[in-house]
Amino acid sequence: MTEMIRVLVVDLDSGDHTVEEFEERSRVVGGSGLAAFLFARFGILGRPWDDPAQPFILAIGPLTGCYPLMSKTVCAFRSPYHDQYTESHAGGRSALALFFAGYDALVIVGKARVLSCLSVGSDHAVIEDTPFLQGMNVSAAGKLIRRMFPKSSGHRSILRIGPAGEIGSAMACVNADTYRHFGRLGGGAVMGVKKLKGIVIDGDSARPVPAGRAYRDTYRKVYEQVTSTDMMRKYYHLGTAVNLQGLNDIKSLPWFNLQKTSDEHIKTISGDVFADETLLRNGACSGCPVGCIHLGFFRDKFKEDARYLYHQVPYDYEPIFAAGTMLGVTNCFDVLRILEDMERVGVDAMSAGVALAWATEATEQGLISAKETIVGLRFGDTDAYQAAAGYLGTGYNDFYRLLADGTLKAAAVHGGAEFGCVLGQEMAGYATGPVFFAAQSLGFRHSHLDTGAYSWEQKNSETDVNRAVDFLIDDEPGRAFLTSMVSCLFARSVYNNEVLAECLTAAGFASLAGNIDEAAERVRKMRWQMRFATGFDPAEIEIPKRFYAVKTIRGPVDASSLDQLKAEYGRRITQLIASPDELHP
Amino acid sequence: MKLLTTPRIDRCIGCHSCSLACARLVHKQLSWSHAGIRIHSSGGLSTGFVAQVCLGCNPAPCVTACATGALSQRKGGGVIVRKKDCTGCGDCVTACPVDAISADPDGAVYVCIHCGRCVEFCPHSCLEFGEVDPLLRSLNHD
Repeated sequence: MTEMIRVLVVDLDSGDHTVEEFEERSRVVGGSGLAAFLFARFGILGRPWDDPAQPFILAIGPLTGCYPLMSKTVCAFRSPYHDQYTESHAGGRSALALFFAGYDALVIVGKARVLSCLSVGSDHAVIEDTPFLQGMNVSAAGKLIRRMFPKSSGHRSILRIGPAGEIGSAMACVNADTYRHFGRLGGGAVMGVKKLKGIVIDGDSARPVPAGRAYRDTYRKVYEQVTSTDMMRKYYHLGTAVNLQGLNDIKSLPWFNLQKTSDEHIKTISGDVFADETLLRNGACSGCPVGCIHLGFFRDKFKEDARYLYHQVPYDYEPIFAAGTMLGVTNCFDVLRILEDMERVGVDAMSAGVALAWATEATEQGLISAKETIVGLRFGDTDAYQAAAGYLGTGYNDFYRLLADGTLKAAAVHGGAEFGCVLGQEMAGYATGPVFFAAQSLGFRHSHLDTGAYSWEQKNSETDVNRAVDFLIDDEPGRAFLTSMVSCLFARSVYNNEVLAECLTAAGFASLAGNIDEAAERVRKMRWQMRFATGFDPAEIEIPKRFYAVKTIRGPVDASSLDQLKAEYGRRITQLIASPDELHP
Repeated sequence: MKLLTTPRIDRCIGCHSCSLACARLVHKQLSWSHAGIRIHSSGGLSTGFVAQVCLGCNPAPCVTACATGALSQRKGGGVIVRKKDCTGCGDCVTACPVDAISADPDGAVYVCIHCGRCVEFCPHSCLEFGEVDPLLRSLNHD
């Protein structure tokens, strides 16, 4: 493998493309680090997220395509949610497609003349006018894009947006290869602003195998670990949906807009039930033999006679929490129905579910009514949520357009901010307590994956503020390094620093292998420096009152602890960005 | 003579581990396409996967089409490849009725040599390498 970083830069204004090469491998690593570096190079600090000149970045890492589970892509952009720099990660095929096309990153700037699709590969970067895809749902658009771009069929990645992206919704995701998503913080809207309905990446070339026997042996060792041991079983067996029962048992599963943290109806919506009743088959990201993708099905009887059609919907813990327990929907097939409607319009399921949960409680309290929501919202009403998902994704009226920019934006107009379940963005499904609440509120991506806060909280009964914040601070660099490789975070138990060093050395990155800790810290700092440079201020993040009322198995959340955790974590994050400037050394 | 077959390809999850192994171990490349076995969805990811791989024809149409003898008939089915004799004309690619041969832009062709090295990298035992019973083969799901 080469130390040189190759970046395909496409300008949608002019239709031109260039390949730029950078020698900063040891400094910026790849993935998360490379994305921050490229945003510093192509981003414009003084302009908002929806300026077409802002870049939409896809970045892979030095180990992409070289080892199992090095299968994810980092998508970086200035977010419509908070107008700050952010990342969203997805599996599927895009990582290997970019790798086999011969690039470490794709940077898209400018705005197409009309709604378009971009096709890139080792020898091309072509922009095709596709105005006929306007308003088309993600599924239908995918089918047409496949037909329009037949090259490399099966060996390509197709990223596309739905109506939510086209209207600039801050909850618009980028669908990656049908069953994966760059879900959070509105990457789909950035594509929409650029009039980019789809991106086709042809993995149409090859790279040489790293020289020497060490690579072959290291590959085999890692492969055997992930396939011949139980290390990955929880991901491919019930998948992340297994967490539903566990979190409900410890009173940490959000139900009914977080008015409860456990409910007896878990018995109809657990990971076991999803597997037993709905699981149709499993799928995998390219390059990952684990195959954690769980595809559920439901069927519709569309005539009086026995005429049926069936739908396949991917499920995981997070979407089930968002479209299930959070909305009081307790039938597994109903959850899939709601998720499919979210998929079709191209909204992030977690964000949409949490937003609709707020809207339901706001309806109960009389703050809004069917005048705003068109369809009356009641917890457990699947039909209403299916309709509302469509209205939210298409920005059907002023209310839904406002809600699409964030729950608290809608609450600022209609009231009910105190029960908006927002921790920097709409919450992830872990009501484990104050450490997680503070961690998601201030975390780099406002993601449950920024740190292992929810896991730490389950293992540590005492909330010692300093010890907890030490954990959050110490846990982040390792994850930032993994997302610079770019590994699936499910493989974090396999890819410890020792194994990563072995993998990097065998793949020809010996200098990076010898400086993992230093590089990890630098990447973490680069990301935060870019985030602060685009306006992040931890003091501006408020944690809604609902989180202070949560009761877990350990009792009520201690308000004082939560405030202290947030203040101290914010202080420590701010310390991270102190000089030197890693983005412009 | 042993052949590579795909008797349980309906278990395939689309991880590409087999084609990546072939490219890596046989052709010394990292690639989806520069491999003797290639995995594709059978019409979008919602419909499962198919393997594009040599079926072990005997006689093999690709051998007949090869003017230089770079491809010769393998005893028991399939072909033997002599890379040095290949001119990159691509006639074998078009001759294969099941699209099991691919070519890169330089004309180098990739076809399964029935070595079986990919088999151990399939996490769900979709592939098999061994003697093929022609009667039992009809019971397979490939």
